[in-house]
Amino acid sequence: MQRATAGTVLQETSFYSAVVFFVILAAFPFYWMLITAFKTNGDLYNVSHIPFWFNDPPTLEHFHYLFEKTLFTTWLLNSLIIGLCVTAITLVTALPAAYSLARMTGRNGEALGIGIFLTYLVPPTLLFLPLSRVIAELGLQNSMWALVVVYPTFTIPFCTWLLMGFFKSLPVEIEEAAIVDGCSLFGAFIKMAIPLSLPGILTVVIFTFTLTLQEFVYALTFVSASDQKPITLGVATDLIRGDIFFWGEIMAGALIASIPVAIAYNLFLDRFISGITGGAVK
Amino acid sequence: MVAIADSVPKPVSRFQFILDRRDVLGSLMVAPAILYVLLLVGVPFLMAVYYSLSAYTIYDPSWSFVGLSNFEDILEDPTFRQTLYNTFIFTFGSQILGLILGKFGALLLLRPFPGRKIVRALIILPWVVPIALATVAWQWMFDSLYSVINWTLIAMGIVTRDEAPNWLGTPELAMLSVIVVNAWRFFPFAIVIFLAGITAVPQDVIDAATVDGAGFWRRNYQIILPMILPIMAIGLVFGIVFTFTDLSIVYLMTQGGPVGATSVLGFAGFQTGIVSGDVSHGAAISVFMLPLLLIVVVTMLRFIRRREI
Repeated sequence: MQRATAGTVLQETSFYSAVVFFVILAAFPFYWMLITAFKTNGDLYNVSHIPFWFNDPPTLEHFHYLFEKTLFTTWLLNSLIIGLCVTAITLVTALPAAYSLARMTGRNGEALGIGIFLTYLVPPTLLFLPLSRVIAELGLQNSMWALVVVYPTFTIPFCTWLLMGFFKSLPVEIEEAAIVDGCSLFGAFIKMAIPLSLPGILTVVIFTFTLTLQEFVYALTFVSASDQKPITLGVATDLIRGDIFFWGEIMAGALIASIPVAIAYNLFLDRFISGITGGAVK
Repeated sequence: MVAIADSVPKPVSRFQFILDRRDVLGSLMVAPAILYVLLLVGVPFLMAVYYSLSAYTIYDPSWSFVGLSNFEDILEDPTFRQTLYNTFIFTFGSQILGLILGKFGALLLLRPFPGRKIVRALIILPWVVPIALATVAWQWMFDSLYSVINWTLIAMGIVTRDEAPNWLGTPELAMLSVIVVNAWRFFPFAIVIFLAGITAVPQDVIDAATVDGAGFWRRNYQIILPMILPIMAIGLVFGIVFTFTDLSIVYLMTQGGPVGATSVLGFAGFQTGIVSGDVSHGAAISVFMLPLLLIVVVTMLRFIRRREI
């Protein structure tokens, strides 16, 4: 009896130490972001201090600097505008496409849907060369509007795929009933299918927005003017003067940009997973 | 249900009649999405392939066809061969490490325990936070002077301050660092994929196997693993494609250095094609990603088809 208890204790201990190990592994860089953002420079750049907590009282100086002396608010605004425009373009194109592929095109629809989804896998690091020419032809070089044009190339495939699954899960009888009652096909889509799939649409809005925030490669390629950068690019590349990294400011900016994305994902994680695995699990 | 009452007969026009045909309306509704993707992914894709066969630089935009000479040029370049090799090490090193961490993490999260939701939310962070921002945090953790990792190693007496490793300044350590960061970024995704797969295996199948005398390993590797293989394959496809073609981690952490030790295809394509303006050689470098992508796509299609049957 004694042995069994000792065994369980050991088992429990190793289980919880493994959990602690994983949490530290995953979250430490963010803790590091957090603590760096609030530390005074004197505390940051002193190797004799224990780095894991505050040796001087926490400070807001990095946040003040970030908001008052850098383009941080411009980047925030740019990201917001880019996110909203890309979301609008994505919804207008992906919603009807997904509905059509789920309901109207039968077996071909499925194949076409997979085809569209596969374009999501074509890497930006292959497309950026020709796209930079396209952007130049459109006169959008060095402007954040270039990103508004380019980002739908991955949000449309992704969201079409996600919404296709959503429309398929709706009972078709409701739309049929509407059509029998004199609604046109398109009317059934607008008046029945869209209101019923509002949760799906919300998911798509959240993910389109976070995908635009996470993107880095196209932003790096097409935008080099500081005041046109989206937040991710600005924080990662624009808070450096020569060889000097403004670590406090960089971490403060990274923290602010990360928090909304982290919250959004945690709320919508399950839908995201069933979306990309395309119902491989039923 | 408002529209059910809305049954007033509408004026019938020819236009209306066409729009009520399922195939016509269906094609019209799918057209904008297809067009967008065709124009901004399909056409550029073909352009990229043509670039790699032409002599196109930003100084000489003549597009003249030069056959395979760009590929001959880059293959003769030892830096490129190093890049190609690095890309495979980077991709498979980080995927294997990520999968191992993902598998163990998933086993932990399968068991209910107090605070599991919070633990899951924390563990998922590396994958959801914009990678460029997380990479910058890692870069700060690997700082040559103020590295918190070195501080810890020194405090624990493992190394002295004089011999503390310069993580991003030594070829092998730099490669290890970018691999670790990329594995760190992907392991939560692997966890989520494993969990989605395992929870979808019906409990009665597992119970039946247990009754029939299958032990822990046998249940894991002969019952559960084959059943979650399709979903794992899709997860792995994502991991491989996004790592093999990645640019951001290497760009931000090491700039391909020291002396090309961490240069990968995406980064080299960017440096040559965008920064130096040698578009056709840059395209040729990027085109080297295609064979692997093709294999991955074919695998994925096979799994999707199997799922339908």
